[in-house]
Amino acid sequence: MSNDTNHHTDKHSGDVNYLNFEKGFMSWWMSIDHKRIGLMYLVSMIFFFAIGGLLALVVRTELMKRGQTIIDNDTYNMAFTLHGVIMIFLFIVPGVPATLGNFLLPLMIGAKDVAFPRLNRLSYWVYVFGSFFAFLAIYFKLDTGWTFYSPYSLRNAPAVMSATMAAFVLGFASILTGVNFLVTIHKMRAPGLTWDRLPLFVWATYATALLQVIATPIIGITLLLLFLENAFGIGVFRPDVGGDPVLFQHLFWFYSHPVVYIMILPAMGIVSEIIPVFSRKPIFGYKAIVWASVGIAAISFLVWGHHMFVSGMSDFVRYLFSFLTFFVAVPTAVKVFNWVATIYKGSVEFTSPMLYAMAFVFLFMIAGTTGIHLATLATDAHYHDTYFVVAHFHYTIQGGAVIGLYAGLHFWFPKIFGRMYNEKFAKIAFCLLFIGFNGTFLPQFVLGMMGMPRRYADYSTFSNVDTFEYLHFISTCFSYINALGYSLVLVNLGYGAVKGVKATANPYNSLGLEWQTPSPPPHDNFETIPVVTDWSYGYGEEYSDHDHNGNKKVVAKPA
Amino acid sequence: MSHHETLPAGHYHHLEPEQAYHSAKLAMWIFLATEIHLFGGAFCAFAFFRWRYFDDFNHYAGQLNWQLGALNTLVLLTSSWAMVRGVDAAQKGLNKLCGRWLIVTIILAFVFFGIKAIEYSTKLSHGIYPSTHIFWGLYYTMTGIHALHIAVGIGLIYWLYLLTKKERFSTVYYTPVEVIGLYWHLVDVIWIFLFPLLYLLGGVGAGAHH
Amino acid sequence: MLDWILEIFDFMPVEASSWASRVDYINNVITVISVFCTVAITFVMILFAWKYRRKSENQKTAYITHNATLETIWTIIPTIICFVLFYFGYTVYHEMRNPPVGANEVFVKGQTWYWDFQYANGKKSTGELVVPVGEPVKLIMTSADVLHSFFIPAMRVKEDMYNGNYSYLWFTPTSSGTFDIFCTEYCGTQHSGMTAKLKVVSKEAYNDWLNEKKDPSAEPVLPEVTGKAIYTAKCAACHSLDGSKVVGPSFKGIYSGAKHVLQDGTEVVVDDNYIRNSIANPLSQIVAGYPPVMPAFQLSEDELIGVISYMKTLK
Repeated sequence: MSNDTNHHTDKHSGDVNYLNFEKGFMSWWMSIDHKRIGLMYLVSMIFFFAIGGLLALVVRTELMKRGQTIIDNDTYNMAFTLHGVIMIFLFIVPGVPATLGNFLLPLMIGAKDVAFPRLNRLSYWVYVFGSFFAFLAIYFKLDTGWTFYSPYSLRNAPAVMSATMAAFVLGFASILTGVNFLVTIHKMRAPGLTWDRLPLFVWATYATALLQVIATPIIGITLLLLFLENAFGIGVFRPDVGGDPVLFQHLFWFYSHPVVYIMILPAMGIVSEIIPVFSRKPIFGYKAIVWASVGIAAISFLVWGHHMFVSGMSDFVRYLFSFLTFFVAVPTAVKVFNWVATIYKGSVEFTSPMLYAMAFVFLFMIAGTTGIHLATLATDAHYHDTYFVVAHFHYTIQGGAVIGLYAGLHFWFPKIFGRMYNEKFAKIAFCLLFIGFNGTFLPQFVLGMMGMPRRYADYSTFSNVDTFEYLHFISTCFSYINALGYSLVLVNLGYGAVKGVKATANPYNSLGLEWQTPSPPPHDNFETIPVVTDWSYGYGEEYSDHDHNGNKKVVAKPA
Repeated sequence: MSHHETLPAGHYHHLEPEQAYHSAKLAMWIFLATEIHLFGGAFCAFAFFRWRYFDDFNHYAGQLNWQLGALNTLVLLTSSWAMVRGVDAAQKGLNKLCGRWLIVTIILAFVFFGIKAIEYSTKLSHGIYPSTHIFWGLYYTMTGIHALHIAVGIGLIYWLYLLTKKERFSTVYYTPVEVIGLYWHLVDVIWIFLFPLLYLLGGVGAGAHH
Repeated sequence: MLDWILEIFDFMPVEASSWASRVDYINNVITVISVFCTVAITFVMILFAWKYRRKSENQKTAYITHNATLETIWTIIPTIICFVLFYFGYTVYHEMRNPPVGANEVFVKGQTWYWDFQYANGKKSTGELVVPVGEPVKLIMTSADVLHSFFIPAMRVKEDMYNGNYSYLWFTPTSSGTFDIFCTEYCGTQHSGMTAKLKVVSKEAYNDWLNEKKDPSAEPVLPEVTGKAIYTAKCAACHSLDGSKVVGPSFKGIYSGAKHVLQDGTEVVVDDNYIRNSIANPLSQIVAGYPPVMPAFQLSEDELIGVISYMKTLK
């Protein structure tokens, strides 16, 4: 008897759900239940998030004062490299799809599991396997930055080979998830769940899965070429034998720009789910949000060159990429307007998921509008590779993707664990996190304007070092508050998962399909496959004489 | 003991057989798209460097043994044909016949390996390594990744063969044979692009040059 | 008033180049638009959320699903803003990428972890770039090893460089003084120590500095003298100086900016990178009508600078 198949033993006895229907480590490790896999991903990712976060604190502490303070240059270079590699490849790229996506996708489309549960489990195993290579890279003292730019990345072959192998293997996990989700969404929607009724989180996951399968193979071949360059010296990225380091950058960013949207699109999907529920209003402009998601996914493949404005591309290509980059701003702006319009004339409840969602809108506005500084050629010449960029992408990735993930974790927490966290504590933690985050990265915009280059272990030779030191000091102090906020969130959620008050099946009176099954859901999600008759955003429809297509309702008059 | 153990492998408790079949095919097509992207990156690099080092690339392409390359193309095409016969037999529920065709496919794959090994060892014995020139770096990389795909294919087809031994396939269930067949054809198609690109373009380009 | 608003968020360093004030102006416009949008959106969001906060469980809400007019408007307006910003960014950047003829040329070589500079008269300096105020300077840059990037915050310019290739940037300093130069492409242990100083001085001081001789015996050799020697030894057999066609194209007036048609039909204007590449990899860009027979030459960075400087003297 294999472990993944013996789940029907006591299906009908009282309080049995996916968390407790089997016990023991192997019942989790061997599980093909999408909910358990999502949870395992979540725990592993938070582990790496903590390591990456500690490395960030090391980096910030070193920069707090001028000169060498706690670590030497080489250690500093390793610290920021590993912070990037771990946060990107092990935390935020699998990110929302692997955790909440895995958990929610089948629940939201009324299916019993994803299309290929074993493939799903394989994806998690591959992820764990890939993470070992990342540790190997640490052992070999990887210090290239997470971007692995050649020819610097040809100087420490064992470290770079380990890191590229890690990213390559993790890419496989990403592709497997993407293929699985695409097929699941295409083939396994409950009867009546047409494309125009699909929840926006599912749409976002769909757009993300498309990006995963289209973009990830490119980083695969790129890192494979870099691996072989290090192993055999094939020459393609090695300028002294006629190879081209800029080619590496093209191939690298052809993936690594779309991957930003792999991170952010699901977070946008989460916000699109949360705001209607706590505003008791239909999402405003459903179709526009869907098209914006797909549009962002499409445009994201045409803009990678903005990472290379000063890398040595021809001038015409620089103009072209700048022009194209501006188009990303439009669908993202549309989404922001739609979220705000959803709140209008609603009935707003300030729960912690709602606070996170509103914080997301604010932080993402900052991320998006500072992106305009970087898309504009004249100003990018100054900002490129400075702290302005560092602050910008932390607003995008931490302020966007991570805050979005945390919004979703708080929102679906009662569904996942069947218990509630402490709401008051959650709000305190949120405030610390929010203040800490802004206090860390707003000064970095100023540092960037002043010309502070990124990846610098020290700034004591700068002419106006006092101002730089002052701003670095503020940034570091707030980074501790930020870290404290994250720790409190984890303590609160961890305690709530085990000891929290029991939650009902649908504590927010949400119309989403995932809330129409017990909390936590049973192993098979639904006793019977539900039949969907309407979209899941019909809040307040009972007060209106129109349905969501604008058609007048036919109301039977009382006789 | 649980109910889906009694169903053929690949059928899950939450999917109707029809749905499972179409899902598996869709998944394989998406996966093949990712494979094309993987090789696409290498093709881009090849195109870029061929444009930059046009004469070098023509010169080195001329050193490849196009007769052996052509022979290997023939071998792979034949193996694809054998695979098609295997799929056809599986669809008719003829497990034994299917197994035979799968073995033919595997044998041809090993013939491909043999010829490839001759080519590699000849080049290496002449002192031509991946580091000799970017052309050779890309030649070894691209044919190497392709060979890796052949090796994976051999493993998968052998697994199918074991399933035919267990009489697993029937007129209503032959999904694995069909999707792995798709994979095998893609590996074949990629070679059909690699062969002219690496072996034949040299002659044409060089001719145009003089 | 407008200026005051624009400069609230201006933390840019001192404006010391001809376009610095224009870059800052664009930057300030973008910043003010950004801050305005962010504050406005956030304000409206909080206003709505507070005004429509839940006061009772049965609070009625408006069933609004979409509004085509509104959505069209807020799609079109950001699009227009983006076009305008692109255009402004483009115009100034276009100037940044097109150095004027006759700019003072300085060759820059980045290596782990310091900067070497070589001036028109062969003078060399390390860690200190000296230029005259008010005159355009063009930096022709390469790297001896890994990627580096040359960044002068006060001039608002930045460009990467890599081994075996020339990249360039230019600027016209408008005020005297000493400014920071940073390497902004990560390059290893001492990346943060790979800084240099830009000294902008008066024309007289510049000339004095250029011609000062610390050690009379080590008088700098003019690069074009080195270049001429290399030409005589290695190039003269095939490339004439008088416009006559020998084996390869003549070098006469080769830097005039005229277009050359290559064998594959593309047109090129001879620049530093073209020459560099033609020496290292001649067959990659054969001029139409000439046989592909030139062998590759391995020249040192100094020799390359010599040949290029010499060719620029051939009017």
